[in-house]
Amino acid sequence: MNIEQAQIKEVQKPGEQYRIIVLNCPAIAGSAAPGQFVHMLLPGLKDITLRRPFSIFKAEDGNIAILYKIVGRGTSALSMLAAGDEVDLMGPLGKGFPCDIAGEIPVLVAGGYGVAPLAFLAKRLKTQGVIFIGGASAADILCVKEFEKLNWEIRIATEDGSMGDKGLVTEVLKAWLDKNPERRPVLYACGPDGMLKAVSGLAVDRDLKAWLSLDKHMGCGVGACLACVQKLKFPDGHTGWGRVCKDGPVFEAREIVWN
Amino acid sequence: MPCKYDGNMSNAGKNLDMTVDLAGIRMKNPVMVASGTFGYGPEYADFVNLSELGAIVVKGISAEPCEGNPVPRMVEVKSGLVNAIGLQNPGVAKFIKEYMPFLRKHDVPVIVNIWGKSVEEYERVAGCLNDVEGIAGLEVNISCPNIKEGGIAFGTDPKSAGRVVSAVRKQTRLTLIPKLSPNVPDIGVMARAVEDAGADAVSLINTMPAMVIDIETRKPVLANTVGGLSGPAVHPVAVKLVWEAWKAVKIPIIGMGGITCAEEAIELMIAGASAVAVGTANFTDPSTASRVVKGIREYLARHGMACVKDLTGSIKTR
Repeated sequence: MNIEQAQIKEVQKPGEQYRIIVLNCPAIAGSAAPGQFVHMLLPGLKDITLRRPFSIFKAEDGNIAILYKIVGRGTSALSMLAAGDEVDLMGPLGKGFPCDIAGEIPVLVAGGYGVAPLAFLAKRLKTQGVIFIGGASAADILCVKEFEKLNWEIRIATEDGSMGDKGLVTEVLKAWLDKNPERRPVLYACGPDGMLKAVSGLAVDRDLKAWLSLDKHMGCGVGACLACVQKLKFPDGHTGWGRVCKDGPVFEAREIVWN
Repeated sequence: MPCKYDGNMSNAGKNLDMTVDLAGIRMKNPVMVASGTFGYGPEYADFVNLSELGAIVVKGISAEPCEGNPVPRMVEVKSGLVNAIGLQNPGVAKFIKEYMPFLRKHDVPVIVNIWGKSVEEYERVAGCLNDVEGIAGLEVNISCPNIKEGGIAFGTDPKSAGRVVSAVRKQTRLTLIPKLSPNVPDIGVMARAVEDAGADAVSLINTMPAMVIDIETRKPVLANTVGGLSGPAVHPVAVKLVWEAWKAVKIPIIGMGGITCAEEAIELMIAGASAVAVGTANFTDPSTASRVVKGIREYLARHGMACVKDLTGSIKTR
């Protein structure tokens, strides 16, 4: 784990509300695993107290890329930065996705910008699989090309029907699972809690493993402040808090106790 | 406020005496990390050389494990944050077993923050820590705004505060440091009450009671509805209260509240603090404490001062 001053190499605009930034940070890039995140301190904004966590979208050649949606103060401030500007990064943080799935087919489920860590995962997995990408509208469907390059099977669902199937991505996933009962996939998902809960339900019903990456507001990012806790069920049966930043952000579906 | 002394003059003040003896706790420098912002030590060990800290104050420990509050527990505000973690902790037995072996490996004084829901619970947790090797002091939290029972209920009434402190005093030989709330009409009265009850030092300030509302939903943001404000926003409040406490008592003061750089630490020491603690800024920049130490050195060198101790209470009248 490192703290690095990372220079922005490039800013891309994959959509009106979305940005991809490429950051030069060799130590972090060299040790990053899919599902891990960086904790970013924005420069020159003295009234911002907390860092902002971003899951890692790419890590190669001494650079990482992150993909984010402009949603609040932090991401608005970040969107004002340009190539050449520097940010302070802590990372790579957290426990990522298990990548060792001998013989089984990976099925990835993304909601909106939750596709970012899954695109990184697909690159590192040895087996090609199926990616389900969901969003409210066509503008929220990202990274399709990334998966095309890897020759993955791509299924798209939008709530307004403007791209792919009309409906929730989890409905499209359910139909696929029902149609392919002989395939025993390992599920990986990242997106809003509602989507993760639905994926979790589908996995438990079918006795499949599902690795879910949670998106929570964080404080310290290293397990000290206990702000980003999630109720978990532990192997011995008792329930208690897990720290999304340190014990996660990836948990197996059966570990999570949903509200 | 711009930070002039931010640790960039690396050669400044090599021969300065940065040591502090805080009521028997010998510290390499006066800069510690505050309870609740540094976990139990291992969380930040990848980013900070723990042996360079003046002391570590670990997250609050109670006699029994405590689950804390529901989420959301923290929200950022302008120049700070409001938290209502609710003192989640593994309980004293698990703390001793899981974290003390790690902490003993580092050359840094360990101060254990303790709390209870009753005087008896404070006594019990203090008693459990009495014979544990490697603990330098107990910080007694009588000022947490985030739990209904105990906590701040003891910290806003001088008689109750005195009762808790004298009960813990009977249980411990360790340096005893009550942590005071800023939410009192006269901090001097509270500081004197705990001094009279046997405190060796006093630390202040805890967070200030605060609240954030989401105007779209019109609901409080925190699950606990209210929480405690910390960060740069509270710093001038801490300066005033440290100054008032310094005028009221003879025991040393650990000053804390919104330190992000050396200037704010120096200001608290001039107001009367013998040592300072970095809190919320650990989340922003884990190297804050080390930057503050370097910056204090630069300040001492520039002002021709030989000992950091001479800063304490060096305020001049207007």
